Amino acid sequence: MTTTEKSPVTPGGKTYHDDLAIVREELDKCMKCGNCMSVCPVYGAEKLETSVTRSKIAVAEAVLDGELELDDPQVYDMLFNCLVCKSCMTGCPTKVDFGRIIVALRAALVRKNGLPWLKKMIFSTMKHPKLFDAGLRIGAAMQSLAFKSDKTGKAISPRSPFALVGGGIGFDGDRQMPALNITPLRERVPEVVNADNAWMKVAFFTGDSLNYFYPDAGMDLIEVLTANNIEIHIPKAQNCCGVPVLVHGDIETVRTLARNNIDAFDKTGCEYLITGCGSCGGAWQHDYSDILAADPVYAPRAEYWAKRTYDISTFLTRVITLRQPKGRVERVVTYHDSCHLKKSMKVFAEPREILKSIPGITFKEMSAPDACCGSGGSYVLSHYETSSIIGRKKIEDINRTKADTVSVGCPACMMQLLDNVHRGGEEQAVVHYISLLAESYRKEKN
Amino acid sequence: MLDKIIIEQLETLAGKNNVLTSKVDMVAYSYDATADLPRQSPDIVVFPTSAEMVQEIVNLARRHKIAIYPRGAGTNLSGGAVPLKKGIVLSFQKMDKILEVDAANLTAVVQPGVIIAALNAAVSPHGLIYPPDPGTVATATMGGSAAENSGGLRGLKYGVTKNYIMGMEVVLANGEKVRFGGKTVKNVTAYDFSNLFVGSEGTLGIITELTAKLIPAPKYRRTMMGIFKTLTDAGNAVAGIIAAHVIPATLEIMDRMTIRTVEDFAHIGLPVEAEALLLIEVDGMSEDLVHTEAEAVMQVVKDNNGDLKAAETDQERDQLWLARRNALPALASLNNTVVLEDATVPRSRITDMLIACEGIGKKYNLTLGTFGHAGDGNLHPTILCDKHNLEEIGRVHQAVDEIFKVALSFGGTLSGEHGIGVAKMKYLGDELGQSGLNLMRSIKESLDPEYILNPGKMVPLQEN
Repeated sequence: MTTTEKSPVTPGGKTYHDDLAIVREELDKCMKCGNCMSVCPVYGAEKLETSVTRSKIAVAEAVLDGELELDDPQVYDMLFNCLVCKSCMTGCPTKVDFGRIIVALRAALVRKNGLPWLKKMIFSTMKHPKLFDAGLRIGAAMQSLAFKSDKTGKAISPRSPFALVGGGIGFDGDRQMPALNITPLRERVPEVVNADNAWMKVAFFTGDSLNYFYPDAGMDLIEVLTANNIEIHIPKAQNCCGVPVLVHGDIETVRTLARNNIDAFDKTGCEYLITGCGSCGGAWQHDYSDILAADPVYAPRAEYWAKRTYDISTFLTRVITLRQPKGRVERVVTYHDSCHLKKSMKVFAEPREILKSIPGITFKEMSAPDACCGSGGSYVLSHYETSSIIGRKKIEDINRTKADTVSVGCPACMMQLLDNVHRGGEEQAVVHYISLLAESYRKEKN
Repeated sequence: MLDKIIIEQLETLAGKNNVLTSKVDMVAYSYDATADLPRQSPDIVVFPTSAEMVQEIVNLARRHKIAIYPRGAGTNLSGGAVPLKKGIVLSFQKMDKILEVDAANLTAVVQPGVIIAALNAAVSPHGLIYPPDPGTVATATMGGSAAENSGGLRGLKYGVTKNYIMGMEVVLANGEKVRFGGKTVKNVTAYDFSNLFVGSEGTLGIITELTAKLIPAPKYRRTMMGIFKTLTDAGNAVAGIIAAHVIPATLEIMDRMTIRTVEDFAHIGLPVEAEALLLIEVDGMSEDLVHTEAEAVMQVVKDNNGDLKAAETDQERDQLWLARRNALPALASLNNTVVLEDATVPRSRITDMLIACEGIGKKYNLTLGTFGHAGDGNLHPTILCDKHNLEEIGRVHQAVDEIFKVALSFGGTLSGEHGIGVAKMKYLGDELGQSGLNLMRSIKESLDPEYILNPGKMVPLQEN
């Protein structure tokens, strides 16, 4: 359960991101009962006490007590062997907010040792959206050198010399990833997308994944909103949500990204902020108010948006009543609960309601739909073997449903599932659930 | 620190992948789920993959007088898995295969690292269950729960772990491997070794395989809740249910403190003015019989001035269970340390014990709530305290001493299901007397004369 309690702030204006000692009270809550073992995907794959949450808490205690050094390479490895999926928080009897603890630990590590050069380079580029954008566009233009396209042109695999180098981190020749699209989402649409007979306006935070990797899904989200006569504001000045940086402990970069985003959305004058990614939505709902808790200017703004951020499915079913789709979508569909969507944003019923309302769809629940897929953003790259074991289990559950389509509400999971379907699946399509609704609306017109 | 040569030998016989030695890893194996115990890091953690490997490790350890601590998932509540004297933690997480499910003989053969819930998942397609259900079914291992003889919510009707272990393979401290028991219901060959090793907390031998008894899954169940204005009424209702010759699968009780805390925590509409609450579930293979038993229970609740809630649907059942499921989390939310005891009294003394626990809490000015398994007399007086407040911890220890004293004076026992470990060792003499302690020691020394198996648990080390 994500704590709704406000992040504690010291008289000196520090949050747990700035001072590890602040999480002591959170650590104290842990009884070491070990319930986290039943849900932790890393523990499930590795069966080591060091993989599971309670041991990371025990190690954090040992660090604070001076028995272990935070920058001991083994402490470092252990702290980064976590997907930050927050599964452990769902069954925790004492509601330990491990999401806060792991970020505090990694932030303390960065304070002590600085960032590894590669992360430093990437994260500092992220603070300059234009530079980051240019980098990804060069990547898009260059990808045909390093990657080969599949027949649809929407998925790519590494070409052999790169596959050889990248084999250890999962970039073997078999790896499939979404193609970096030449035209990102935010350049395909104007800053304000008008709708016929608009009766409401909302702001859309695209996040990097929908912008660069899955712009088609982003277009589908926009199409669904306009089909419900809603005007959409998509500020060009928005940047990455910051979660990928937050989980690596580079707090100052996240604060910059968060303030930029808040400024960009303040200007829209909208009262609803829509996301199509659980990590992005979770950032707006929880992380921004945490990291900016001591910032007198931005803390109230972060609080404002935290209460007004909705996953598109929640917005469609709880804020408005979506126009019932009538076009038939003949698919057998299962749904994977993305960790950040379910465990951080508490969104799980809404996407299912939407899917079940689409004519033609046969909905099949998989077993353990909320078990992590093993993506964890960059975890899949840094811990490819464990991630694969977790992913394989997910694919087996998906295969058993006999569904032809896996729907999901988070682009990072889409990437992981795409790769795992390719490796062990039965050619299921991997789609954002919103794309199925868009497909139904589109079919009404035919 | 272990000699480098010994570490290398362990790596050779277990494989490098099955050995951990880093300081961080040792911290991760320095505790179990027991509150208020100091941690102790081992020297090395080894993951055996076969009984033969266990034998070799035992032989090596014995030669060098190194302690061995068998470990399942480390969820026990008496300090049984803490490596007090350093040495080797033998973690059975990699011996986790279900070797056989024999539906004709109603048995399953498992390796010790199998998680209880995984066994139940494997036997459920046969319409069978493995009934022992400690609160940790989703995490605890078969080996660990057999070594701890764990109980659970269904103890009254279905018994505890010892009633479901029919045979074993055990590696002894002398390195020999011994098998006994098996698939036959009747077996009086030799001593009853299964009952010696079940509950021995890893101090007599190392379990490397288990034959477990299965039973057909009950097809029908009814769930009810009785809410009482006095503890006496609740106690009389418990007695009345048994007197009506109904043996419920679950017969749980919560005191006023627990009820209020759960309500504050989960807001599920519990009556906060109530003194006690009973959660009762009857089950069986015949709908008629379950119906008749449920009617009898409801009559008893009414006869004892209880307000009755009966679940008609699965959803309503879940609603009734919410109170019980939230008991520990709710109490635990009150402070940073949960001292969870399991003193157990004969069923007829449940009311007296609840009143005594409440009094002890008041006497030592502690936050104390009691809930537990009224049907089998196994209560969980739970003290919530601040581990950083040493003065308060002192009072907690006094209160715990007194809880055990009272339980014994009622003809009860120190531990219903958590075991002795280190946490309750000092009280053993109060229950067993000197001759009992002597018997414990002579059994320990005949099987493990050099105290290499889980030393410092159950039988105190003689340090001179």
